Amino acid sequence: MSDYNFAYLDEQTKRMIRRAILKGLAIPGHQVPFASREMPMPYGWGTGGVQVSAAVLTPDDTFKVIDQGADDTTNAVSIRRFFQKTAGVAVTEATTEASVIQTRHRIPEQDLRADQILVYQVPIPEPLRFLEPSEVETRKMHALEEYGLMHVKLYEDISQHGDIATAYAYPVKVEGRYVMDPSPIPKFDNPKLEMAGIQLFGAGREQRIYAIPPYTQVVSLDFDDYPFLPTKADHACDLCGAQDSYLDELIVDDAGGRMFMCSDTDYCTTRRKAGHVGAQGVPYEKDAA
Amino acid sequence: MQAQVLEGGFADPSIDAAYAFRAVMIAMARPGEIVTVAGAQPPAPLSAAAGVVVLTLCDPETPIHLAASHDTPQLRDWITFYTGAPFAEARHAMFAVGAWDDLPLADFRLGTAEYPDRSTTVIVERRNLSNDGAVLVGPGIKEKAALSLPETQAFKTNAKLFPLGLDFIFTCGERLAALPRTTRVT
Amino acid sequence: MYVAVKGGERAIDNAHAWLAEERRGDTSVPELSVAQIRAQMTLAVNRVMAEGSLYDPDLAALAIKQARGDLIEAIFLIRAYRTTLPRFGGSNPIDTEDMACDRRVSATFKDAPGGQVLGPTFDYTHRLLDFKLAADGDAGDVQVAEPQKTATPHIMSFLDREDLIQTEPAGKDVPDDLTRTPLELPASRALRLQSLTRGDEGFILGLAYSTQRGYARNHAFVAELRIGAVAVEMDIPELGFAIEIGEITVTECETVNQFQGSKTQPPQFTRGYGLVFGMTERKAISMALVDRALRWKELGEDCLGAPAQDEEFVLYHSDNIQATGFLEHIKLPHYVDFQSELELIRKLRREAQANIHQEAAE
Repeated sequence: MSDYNFAYLDEQTKRMIRRAILKGLAIPGHQVPFASREMPMPYGWGTGGVQVSAAVLTPDDTFKVIDQGADDTTNAVSIRRFFQKTAGVAVTEATTEASVIQTRHRIPEQDLRADQILVYQVPIPEPLRFLEPSEVETRKMHALEEYGLMHVKLYEDISQHGDIATAYAYPVKVEGRYVMDPSPIPKFDNPKLEMAGIQLFGAGREQRIYAIPPYTQVVSLDFDDYPFLPTKADHACDLCGAQDSYLDELIVDDAGGRMFMCSDTDYCTTRRKAGHVGAQGVPYEKDAA
Repeated sequence: MQAQVLEGGFADPSIDAAYAFRAVMIAMARPGEIVTVAGAQPPAPLSAAAGVVVLTLCDPETPIHLAASHDTPQLRDWITFYTGAPFAEARHAMFAVGAWDDLPLADFRLGTAEYPDRSTTVIVERRNLSNDGAVLVGPGIKEKAALSLPETQAFKTNAKLFPLGLDFIFTCGERLAALPRTTRVT
Repeated sequence: MYVAVKGGERAIDNAHAWLAEERRGDTSVPELSVAQIRAQMTLAVNRVMAEGSLYDPDLAALAIKQARGDLIEAIFLIRAYRTTLPRFGGSNPIDTEDMACDRRVSATFKDAPGGQVLGPTFDYTHRLLDFKLAADGDAGDVQVAEPQKTATPHIMSFLDREDLIQTEPAGKDVPDDLTRTPLELPASRALRLQSLTRGDEGFILGLAYSTQRGYARNHAFVAELRIGAVAVEMDIPELGFAIEIGEITVTECETVNQFQGSKTQPPQFTRGYGLVFGMTERKAISMALVDRALRWKELGEDCLGAPAQDEEFVLYHSDNIQATGFLEHIKLPHYVDFQSELELIRKLRREAQANIHQEAAE
C-alpha cells in the first residue's frame, strides 16, 4: 500500500464520481458531467477510466486491464501497476477471473458474467462531436432527441462510398433514447454491448461519465437497406486458429508479408493452452518453454 | 452535540464506502435486486442501510431533505457530523430520506432536458423489503423482477417522465434495493 | 513460426531508468539544486505555479528539475499533486491596492500617485547575448530605495471616480471553482478568468495577439500593470475574524478598452482584467485582452466570429495539460481501430474497383 488514500482518490472525489455513476446507470447512455480530477497519468492515457475504476474498486476485487485487447501493452501494464500499488487489489490477465476489467478500445471475446464490471476509457464521449463541435449545441440535440445530423452523416457515407464508412466508435442508440459513443471499439464489438455485466464509461478530459446497465437494449445505428454488419478481417488467428475473434494485423517481413492474431491476448492464450494451434503457431507448451 | 451522535459512522471510511458503493451500484444497475450493506449505526429512525447510503454518497455538495418521519435533531446532528451535507427543502434536495407517506414526491427535482441527471435520489425507508409484489421490467433486468413497492402508480408516472424522473432506493434494516426511472412497473 | 512479442513491464522499467539518467545528464557537471532553480529560474518557476494553480515555489522548482526543464511537464506534475491536497477553506479576496509593488507602470497616464516604477524588467535591455554571464553571473552592487509606506491606488479608480469606466460591482456570491465543478457553458466571468489564468501562456498570448490584429479588436490600453506581494487572509470561524496566512506575488493587468454608449447611456470605457500568480506579465496582459474579447455578449457587442470571442473554443482549448495529453495520446497503440479502418478501406476499394470494371465491361 502507499501513502495515498485507498485507490488514490480522496473520498470526496470518489463520492462525486459515485454519484455520477449512479445517475449514469439510471439514465442509460446519457453523459453525466463530473468534475474530473488531474490524475498522475496524462489525459488521453485513460484518466476517465482510471477515475471510474478508483471509485468502483473494493479490496476484494481482481482487476484486469487491457489496451487493444492485450494485457501486456505498456499502458495496460502501467494502469494495472497503479491500482496494485494504490488499492492493493489482486490482478489477473484471465478474463474469467476478473471482477473489474478496465479496457481501451476492446470488449473481451469471452462473454462477461453478471458479476463482472467493464470500465471503458473514453477519449471523446460525444457521438455528435465530429458533426457539431460545440458542446452547447450537441447537448441541446440530446435534450431534444434531435439525431437527424447523425443519420445524414451515415447516409452521406452510403451515397459517397456505397457503405457506412465508420469502422470503430460506431454510434449506438441505448434503450431507444440516447445516441451514445461506445468508445473507439471496433464495430465488431458492438453486438457485445448488450451483456450481463455492468458497463461504465469514463472520459476524464471531457469530464463525462455514462453507463449501460445489464441487459439494456443497445442498437447500432443503420438503415433497413444498409444493415449494420460487425466485420473483422477475413482470416483465422495464425496463433490459435480462432475464426470468431477480432484480429490484429502484423507485418512480418520486409516484403510486407502479413499475419493475423487475436487482439484479445487472453482469449488466444486460453485457446492455445486448450491445444488449438493456428497456421503459424506453435503448441503453447513449446512457446512457454 | 451529544456523545451519541459521534458514533455510528464508518470505522474505515474509504474501505467501508467502497464496499457500500459496490452494493448500491449493483442495486441501481439491477433494479429489484436486494443487497445487504454494513458499517453504519445511525440514530433511529434511520435504518442502517439508509445510513450507509448517506455516508457513502452525501457530503457538503449534496443538499439533503429529511421527510417529517426522519426530521429529528439527533439525525440532523449525525448527518452533519459525518457528512457535512446541508439540509434543504424538497425542491433543492439532491437526496431525500423518509417514509413513503411523508415524502413530498411532487416537489423533488426531476432534472432538466439537458441535465436529466440533476434529479433527486429518494431513499425510501420500508418496514418490509422482499422480491414479491410489483413486477419490474427494463434496463438491468434480464426478463422481469419483483419487488415489494409501497404502491405502483407513482412509479408508473415517474417512468413516463423518462429521461427525466426520480430514482429510488428502498431501505429496510441492513438491506436495500433500487428502482431507477427506467424501470417499468406493473 | 511466430512467437508473440511480450515485455511491456520490462520496457517500462528500462525506459524509466534511462529517463533518470538523461535527467541527471553529464555527471562530471555538478547537479542542479532545487534551491538554484527556485532562485535563478524564477520566471520558469512562476509560470509553473501559475499554470499549475499552486503557489509553492519550492515544489515548482522541484517539478522543473524532475521534468528536465519541460515546463508543461512540470505544470502537469504540480497539477497532479495539487488535486491530492485536502482543502481547508477559501481565502478572502486579495486586495491588490495594498500590494507592495515591485513594478507598476501605466500606459494611460504619465504620472499618478504611486508613480511609475519600472522594477526588474527586460523591457529596455538590449537583447544582446551577455557572454560575460557565461563565466560570471555576479550582479554587482544594486541600489536599494526606501519602500513606499502608503498603498498604491489603482489607476482605474481615477477613471471610476469620473464615471468614465464601466463599474464592476463586487459580487456577493462565491464563484464556482473550475477545479471542483465541471465546466458548464455559458460560463460566468469568474469561471472564464479562472480558466484564463491557468491556461497555456502561448495559447492565451496567441489569442490576445489575434484580437490586436483585428480578430475582434477591442483597442486595449494598459491602464495599469502591477507586480508585487499581497497578503492572503482567511476567515477563521472559531476566531470570528480574518488572519493573514501568507503572502504571494501576483501580476495584475487592467486594460481600458473601447468605449460604449447609446442615446440614453453616456459613453464609458470598458475593462479587461488579468491576474496571474508570480511575475508573469506577458500572461497577465494577454489574459486581460482575451477576457475583454470574451465579454462581448454582456457588453452588448456583436460577435464577429473571432476565435478570442468564442467562449467554448477558448475555454475548452486553453488548458495545456488537457491539450498535450490528448495530442500526445495518438502515439499510443491504436492497432484495433486502425485495423477496423484498414478492413473498411480495403472493402470499399474492392467494391469501387468492381464497379469500375463492370462499367467498363458494359
